[in-house]
Amino acid sequence: MAENGIGARLARKEDPRFLVGKGNYVDDINRHGQAYAAFVRSPHAHANIRSVDISAAAAAPGVLAVYTGEDIAADNVGPLICGWAITSKDGSPMNMPPHTVLAQGKVTYVGDHVAMVVADTQAQARDAAELVNVDYEELPAVVSTGDADSASAAQIHEVAANNTCFDWELGDRADVDAAFEGAAHVTTLELVNNRLVPNAMEPRAAVGDYDRATDSLTLYTTSQNPHVARLVLSAFFQIAPEHKLRVVAPDVGGGFGSKIYVYSEETACVWAARKVNRPVKWTAERSESFLSDAHGRDHVTKVDLAMDGDGKFLAMRCSTKANLGGYMSLFSSAVPTYMYATLLAGQYTTPKVYAEVKAVFTNTTPVDAYRGAGRPEATYVLERVVEAAAREMGMDPAELRRKNLIQPDQFPYETPVIHTYDCGDYGASLDKAMEIADYAGFQGRRAQSEANGKLRGIGFSNYIEACGIAPSAAVGALGGGVGLWEAAQVRFNPTGNVTVFTGTHAHGQGHETTFAQVVSDQLGVPVENIEIVHGDTDKGPFGMGTYGSRSIAVGGAAIVKAGEKIIAKGRKIAAHILEAAEEDIEFTEGNFTVAGTDKAMNIGEVAFAAYVPHNYPEGVEPGLDETSFYDPLNFSFPSGTHICELEIDPDTGVVEIVNYTAVDDFGTVINPMIVEGQVHGGIVQGVGQALIESTAYDPESGQLLTGSFMDYTMPRADDVPSFNVDTTVTASPLNPLGVKGCGEAGAIAAPAAVMNALTDALGTEAIDMPATPERVWRVAQSRQAQAAE
Amino acid sequence: MYEFAYHKPGSLADATAALNSAADGKLMAGGQTLIPTLKQRLAQPSDVIDLGGIGELSGISVSGDAVKIGATTRHAAVAASGEVASAIPALAKLAGGIGDPQVRNMGTIGGSIANNDPAADYPSAVLGLGATVSTNKREIAADDFFTGMFETALAEDEIITGVSFPVPQKAGYVKFPNPASRYAMVGVFVSQGGGGVRVAVTGAGPCVYRHADMEAVLSGNFSSGALASVATSADGLNADIHASAEYRAHLVGVMARRAVDQANG
Repeated sequence: MAENGIGARLARKEDPRFLVGKGNYVDDINRHGQAYAAFVRSPHAHANIRSVDISAAAAAPGVLAVYTGEDIAADNVGPLICGWAITSKDGSPMNMPPHTVLAQGKVTYVGDHVAMVVADTQAQARDAAELVNVDYEELPAVVSTGDADSASAAQIHEVAANNTCFDWELGDRADVDAAFEGAAHVTTLELVNNRLVPNAMEPRAAVGDYDRATDSLTLYTTSQNPHVARLVLSAFFQIAPEHKLRVVAPDVGGGFGSKIYVYSEETACVWAARKVNRPVKWTAERSESFLSDAHGRDHVTKVDLAMDGDGKFLAMRCSTKANLGGYMSLFSSAVPTYMYATLLAGQYTTPKVYAEVKAVFTNTTPVDAYRGAGRPEATYVLERVVEAAAREMGMDPAELRRKNLIQPDQFPYETPVIHTYDCGDYGASLDKAMEIADYAGFQGRRAQSEANGKLRGIGFSNYIEACGIAPSAAVGALGGGVGLWEAAQVRFNPTGNVTVFTGTHAHGQGHETTFAQVVSDQLGVPVENIEIVHGDTDKGPFGMGTYGSRSIAVGGAAIVKAGEKIIAKGRKIAAHILEAAEEDIEFTEGNFTVAGTDKAMNIGEVAFAAYVPHNYPEGVEPGLDETSFYDPLNFSFPSGTHICELEIDPDTGVVEIVNYTAVDDFGTVINPMIVEGQVHGGIVQGVGQALIESTAYDPESGQLLTGSFMDYTMPRADDVPSFNVDTTVTASPLNPLGVKGCGEAGAIAAPAAVMNALTDALGTEAIDMPATPERVWRVAQSRQAQAAE
Repeated sequence: MYEFAYHKPGSLADATAALNSAADGKLMAGGQTLIPTLKQRLAQPSDVIDLGGIGELSGISVSGDAVKIGATTRHAAVAASGEVASAIPALAKLAGGIGDPQVRNMGTIGGSIANNDPAADYPSAVLGLGATVSTNKREIAADDFFTGMFETALAEDEIITGVSFPVPQKAGYVKFPNPASRYAMVGVFVSQGGGGVRVAVTGAGPCVYRHADMEAVLSGNFSSGALASVATSADGLNADIHASAEYRAHLVGVMARRAVDQANG
């Protein structure tokens, strides 16, 4: 192993520039002659637009242009798309309403984009935006996920009767119902998966820049997938042909999914840059982020789990309503379907699973993938109902799980919900987590808490997720509009250092370090001589970007494949120079050696020879620069057990997490420190969802009531304990690194672990996320009152 | 933010003059409420008069029976003051629990009480200790100072110069922070001193108020157990997405008991 290769706790190469304030974010980019955009947003959740009067705004100081939906229509820009087609139970396609870049005749949520002002300064743009006079005809707002499809709800989109986008199912309902007939016990739960606002630290931003000389456009933007953004802007939004459009996503401060999508503002900036022939910049204020960044989750679900008398799972059925918000977003149809229902088998051998999902429109911010994307929702449903079943059956929740786990000798394991798991040892993670959490000592700690007037609970979450998205053919077969392979280019420079281009994008994940470790390990070059380049469509091959914990499993694999080509070519060059047969050349730790001799060249010398090919094999091209496009064989399936232990103050309802244990199987771990950081962050997001993050809309007006950090509770360091984080390893046999991905696991596992601990402490399942102090207090009070009776 | 004229006078007289000559002037101490309000375009003053340049307004002095804090003294300075901590520990603790480090290093006591946010911490100490507010015109007793939600007895051109807190025999402050903003969702300041027992509640109602029933009970028996008999009505209390009036009323009782326990050490 190279000194800083796979497995090393290497400090992140990218951190020095961030720590000294030398990161280069979109808002740091300023182009010569730059103008500024401000957006006029709907103050109403649901309204028709009678007219838009821009005259006063257009005459305001510094204003270059004011655009409305009419200008967008005239230039044939957009509309924004959803890239995943879902077919309803009855065979009909999903109902996709138009989502124009600027509203045309109607607005469907507070914050919807109505007009755009471009002015010399940011203040002038904002001043003028206030002068745009929009005449609205207000309509009743639809807010509730559960009631959006009721007959009495206002109709939001003409194409979507009963505000229903699709009514989809997976599995055979009759077959599953039949299995329920034979059940000894059925556990039923109704659950809410609360809506979340992503809140990346860096708000979205864009600079559109037009070059008249080449008639080409550049968009600097906060994107997790700049190539995909270019493709969408070009092929679907008609901004410019791909070869005349460059998308640059430089340093990006967090995404969590919210920066996958191509939004109105970014599109409008690059479109307007050509129209005003000036660079056009927009940076979201935090208030705009709350209103217009795609939100996450927002499901209501009823689930039934059927068991035999021993607690063996026989079947599960699940009915979910998923809120899409006011419009569809780029992948919003995939999240509550193929990212969700396909994970409902979890770690268990449940032979029959049926899921139906109705996706509804409401007058709220559009919902799309957010850290975990469908898999946290699936894990929450499954792990809540399993824990509840254990309580109803009078069984230890760990034992009930153990009884139903897929065993290590059953892989590859085909679930009833599409996926075939490659490998895993779920019992090993469960055992290790229980040991670290001292599950055996819990009853003693509970008694101690009771003596102190506190309620103590412990809860499990045995999660699995499908990452490394994804085999392109599988994606296509399920309705996805793209291929989800990844590309990498490994370029040796003549002096022996290496520039690696990846199609993935890092916005906090530490790829510049992790990927350098992979390359160092494979090619024997020190990490300091390896530069990882990403985030610019003019650099390196087309790539699909970063989301769904895919970067190492797909992007890392692509790098390894390119590295294999480097080694193969290097072997030919070394064989020629060392005057040996190619098959006699061994490559280890950066050296090409003639087997059984001390004749050797290091890879840097080979690279030099490739660029200065004086003594060079016939028929071999000069240069040492290889590209690989890697399409994965399957999803990867990280899994693990999280155990949360918490204490409730029944006087106030305040919950304190006193112990949190995470044992994850991510396959091969490249950099344990970075992986632990990812797990920590994910758990904090999951704890936030479970206990404090509430996205509240006024049920009448549809106004976002939690539109700032004064009201939206982001978890902070003092809301969580120090975590006990450990791993078990079953290396994936399906990719060259044996990796699975780690970015979302914490957010997927934690909500169920926390809520299972909370319901254990309270002695009832009747509490929803977020379990705020008042909600907990009310349940604790009613439990105490019941106990007194 | 809209455009405004910025002034940083060096004396109270210059500040008053700037305020009086402005069409719609606004005084700024630490700016921890005003600046976010301006940034969100929720206010459009013609002039902002920054009191931070008036040196005489800042500082802490402790005599035998009073702690005097200048109007522009930062929360962090009060929290870090050994003199305050030994004279009125609950006051130092309160200051150390306001907002976050950034807020504590910019926010001031004068700004806080002049703004009289219903969920601010300082008004409960001013009322709960029976402090006296000094201005450029007069001295105002705490009981007369806080007149309603975001309203005080201050005249248009009146500037707070400092607050004088009588040193009590004992005092305590416990709050239930709003999980998002960490303002007081309910905060209760209790004290026992020369003026008797005072219980001031912030966060729960539209304006900081004294809890007469608790004061009556604690006057006879200054113990948390004595409060068990005191109910707090939810009538008129705040209700929002974070807490119902009923929950706030319940928390008033819990925070009061904990504050008394803290005061009793």
